[in-house]
Amino acid sequence: MVIADSIRTFGRYIMLMKQVLSMPQRWSIFFRQTLREIYKLGVSSIPIVLLISVFIGAVLCIQMKTNVESPWMPKFITGYATREVLLLEFSSSIMCLILAGKVGSNITSEIGTMRVTQQIDALEIMGVNSANFLILPKVAGLVTMIPILVIFSIAAGIAGAYAMAEFSGFMTPEDLTVGLQYEFDPWYIGYSIIKSIAFAFIITTVSAFYGYTVTGGSIEVGKASTNAVVSCSALILFFDIVLTQILMS
Amino acid sequence: MIEATSIYKEFDGNVVLNNISSTFKEGLTNLIIGQSGAGKTVLLKCIVGLMAPDKGSILYDGREISGMDKKEMLGLRREMGMLFQNAALFDSMSVLENVMFPLDMFSRMTYNEREKRARFCLERVNLADAQDKSPDELSGGMQKRAAIARAIAMEPKYLFCDEPNSGLDPQTSLIIDELIHGITEEYGITTIVNTHDMNSVMNIGDHVIFLANGELCWEGNNKEILNTRNKTLNEFLFSSEILRQVKEQAQHNK
Repeated sequence: MVIADSIRTFGRYIMLMKQVLSMPQRWSIFFRQTLREIYKLGVSSIPIVLLISVFIGAVLCIQMKTNVESPWMPKFITGYATREVLLLEFSSSIMCLILAGKVGSNITSEIGTMRVTQQIDALEIMGVNSANFLILPKVAGLVTMIPILVIFSIAAGIAGAYAMAEFSGFMTPEDLTVGLQYEFDPWYIGYSIIKSIAFAFIITTVSAFYGYTVTGGSIEVGKASTNAVVSCSALILFFDIVLTQILMS
Repeated sequence: MIEATSIYKEFDGNVVLNNISSTFKEGLTNLIIGQSGAGKTVLLKCIVGLMAPDKGSILYDGREISGMDKKEMLGLRREMGMLFQNAALFDSMSVLENVMFPLDMFSRMTYNEREKRARFCLERVNLADAQDKSPDELSGGMQKRAAIARAIAMEPKYLFCDEPNSGLDPQTSLIIDELIHGITEEYGITTIVNTHDMNSVMNIGDHVIFLANGELCWEGNNKEILNTRNKTLNEFLFSSEILRQVKEQAQHNK
């Protein structure tokens, strides 16, 4: 029963994607909508991304220093480990899990409310491909903005770690800097961005799917919003493993 | 002209529409009436193509809706305007942007021409002063009028209204009814209104069909309806004591 339901849901998702990933009916309107989504989903997420990244960078620095410190370990290990965690997992995967909550619930409730108030029916009656019109600009907007958010997150995390080293006095900023630069592989940034683009696609399309297919009223929109965040989080974690296997092996 | 022939629709074995056939002529305000749950909304959704009937056919000026390919369907959609029960204005746009939206999407007009057309439609529904407001700043009646303006922006051949008077006071309902009727006559469009408001039936019912339990029970116009001998329709029409007394008084005066 659960398997049959899952297959049915996946089939409906694929059918929706077929509608979404088609040519926009009016390019000028599509570009205008995409710019709006870049601001709404991406630019408005910058403060939360910076805030969380700065604090996590600082906490990572303390944790690494406290837990990894040993006479057998080189001094740069704190900076090195902090950088690796930020680059490889936090700024792509964990940040996207956080964005799944913020952006995903926003998308589901917006599209779900449009569905229950018949605004989507109004688009359909006019002859507008409502799925394409509503969802594609969101996908394009977040996919465009996510690499920028990832880079901001990495920079803010490192800044947080540096600030901790500078002002707390438990290690020297020079030791941290040596660690941050030690055996740096630029491919890790590419890896982080590729993963985040895949996660941005998951966040926008899965959340939009839950909103677009909602039936009923405001309670169902709320439930759909919760389900969207849960599904996005589970899929991000699953594809984190898959993409890490593919990109790092 | 829209022809519905032998429309049948069921949900999980529950028959909602059973063998409904009627012709909705152009230039007339066609009303679908009936109690809640009689199948009015399902019939309207089948007619506009938001739902496919299990059996039967819908013809728009001889064009069968179920046989249309994507391009033909898109062409037909551009000939339709619809007023939804809760107006369904786009909250992210101003009133003017809402009315301009179908023109932005489908017309080849310049921006100035589109704006001029949208302003004209808003003036037609007496809403020129509200063009810069957002939909949530409008009253229920004003939202309906804005939705009518949006529906007529593309000069449709067919206008559909789902419960246009729901949630409105009698005076505003009258304004909306007269607007729908006026536009229908002025532009010679085929209008189908789904309602259970008896004032609308008496005011603008050029052609009325009455549904009960998913079946077509009666067909006529607003002049014939009060004298009908159809028992089910009489029970529906005169379900209130006041209306019964009005009818008895009218018969007594004859």
